[in-house]
Amino acid sequence: MKIVVTVKLVPDPNGEKKLDPATKRLVRTGVETVINPYDEYALEAALQLKERIGGDSTVTVFCMSPESLKESLRKALAMGADGAVMLSDSSLEGSDVWASAHAMSLALKRIGFDILIVGGLTDDGSTGAVPGALAEFLGVPCLTNVRKIEIADGKVRVERETDGGYQEVTGSLPMLVTTALTIGEPRYPSLKGIMGAKKKPIDMLSVADIGAADTVGSAGSKTELLSFAPPPARGAGQIVTPEDPAAGAAAILAFLKDKKLV
Amino acid sequence: MTDRSAAARFEITDEQRQIAALAREFAQKEIAPHIAAWDREHYFPRSLYTKMDAIGLMGVLVDERYGGVGAGYGAYALAVEELARVDAGSAVTLSVHAMIGAAIAKLGNELQRQEWLPRLSGGDTIAGFALTESDAGSDAGGIRSTATRRGDGFVLRGRKQWCTNGTHAGVVMAMFRTGGVGPKGVSAFLVDPKTPGVSVERETEKLGIRTSNTCDLAFDDVYVGPEALLGGEGEGFGGAMTALQGGRIGIAAQAVGILAACLDASVKFAQERMAFGKPIGAYEGVSFKIARMATDLEAARLLVYRAAALADAGTPSPTLASQAKFFASTAARTHASEALQIHGGYGFTTEFPVERYYRDAKITEIYEGTSEIQQIIIARSFLGRL
Repeated sequence: MKIVVTVKLVPDPNGEKKLDPATKRLVRTGVETVINPYDEYALEAALQLKERIGGDSTVTVFCMSPESLKESLRKALAMGADGAVMLSDSSLEGSDVWASAHAMSLALKRIGFDILIVGGLTDDGSTGAVPGALAEFLGVPCLTNVRKIEIADGKVRVERETDGGYQEVTGSLPMLVTTALTIGEPRYPSLKGIMGAKKKPIDMLSVADIGAADTVGSAGSKTELLSFAPPPARGAGQIVTPEDPAAGAAAILAFLKDKKLV
Repeated sequence: MTDRSAAARFEITDEQRQIAALAREFAQKEIAPHIAAWDREHYFPRSLYTKMDAIGLMGVLVDERYGGVGAGYGAYALAVEELARVDAGSAVTLSVHAMIGAAIAKLGNELQRQEWLPRLSGGDTIAGFALTESDAGSDAGGIRSTATRRGDGFVLRGRKQWCTNGTHAGVVMAMFRTGGVGPKGVSAFLVDPKTPGVSVERETEKLGIRTSNTCDLAFDDVYVGPEALLGGEGEGFGGAMTALQGGRIGIAAQAVGILAACLDASVKFAQERMAFGKPIGAYEGVSFKIARMATDLEAARLLVYRAAALADAGTPSPTLASQAKFFASTAARTHASEALQIHGGYGFTTEFPVERYYRDAKITEIYEGTSEIQQIIIARSFLGRL
């Protein structure tokens, strides 16, 4: 069973995010780069699946990112992935959802997979649109927001989180699955894993390797970001200075009722 | 004298950086949400070390042959620093545990290594240290607890105080007098605290590092076999001093972690706190404190990493380890006070963590060799024994 996990490298979510007004892109220099937290859940799901299936199952991590961030990908290998493939090319810069998913799909066709596990969202772009587009380009079924994956006799059986509970859905391989955060807390890499990660392969692919020259980057994108603006500043708020606690409570209740919150 | 050529080449490897990142993530997730309560309650988070052992941090210094990862002193220092940035108490628990493992690897025979090292690295066993007595601290060669021969083994008698990890230890490295007066009469022993006659007399309440366990251990006619003797008879003082040299890198790294936490908190507060219409960081009275803090942090880090790199290169420098500890601990204590000052009245309350950093910093100038002892070691390496 070949399990492939897509991973994005994003600016540390604990740091402050800044947009460059000139390029209209997120500033990625001068901040730590980490694995997109949602993708760590996808990787955890993949590692658990491999442990359950056993045999000669492998977990391969796929990442589209500048080669300079290669070392940030080692954490995935330290957590237990068997190898990684990176699609790196300066021409990929500025790719929108369509162009990104298209390039990724070409690389993933080359890599091959039985099941492709994808985090539900990225911490930087947060479009949530890549998994669906990826499934479309790859021509495979897509089950989203999954909290449990089981594979038996070539059939996949998953539990999908819904607002009111969960659905049980089956499908056939190859398939794309996106993970919910309820799939399980990502494990820590171990020191042994860290010391061994250097020996695991990170294979490099270029845009030429996947034959996508005209469809990548800003030029190959179908959408263009025109402008952006920060959310409006909060109003001054309303300060109530009541006579006593009861009057204060009444004032808060009146406010909430007025806003139809209670 | 320190070796400039070796020191000039040190760098932090990718693996060390990742181990530091792991320790940071672990501390943020497993310690940070609880630290205020643990500190208030003098709580020793025993299960934290089961988790730390599961990911290999407890065996950071133990060789692969014995179940560890052999990641070396550089990784050890970075891990201790990152833990201390969140909680100085758990940092010293790890530091002392790892120091004893290193002492067993260095001084122990093959049987002792096989007996204890796999337990200290992946076996969920914590190591404790018992040297100090009521009348012998810095004067470690003056201990009075005795080990007397009985048959092949020894009978241990005496009281040890301020034993780090003592209550929760599965093995304690303890020093007893087997011979005449002075350092040459001291031997080191590895004692299982479950051995009849060993008891925890009391746990010490402390100003800081309250998540670290410190206790008095009583040894009342404790019989141990010959396999308990670590190193040769009369080699215990030297053994303890060897262990403490490695430990000093750990304590220096702990001080660096406290200092880094002070800087993190001070920068944040100085940017957010307004006074007279500006963030207080806009005033030189505050910004210069931060400039000095950041500079001393960087200098302390370089000393610690360099001392660790020399130890990893197989050319440890006791002088440099002492310099690192002396400098880093002085800087931590000084700047913890400045960090509190920057926070003003808020800093004096338990709503902000800097009062904890202030309480935690002081011990780094005292244990594993006081700053005065460090200066003696440093001065002697230049002057000789005059």
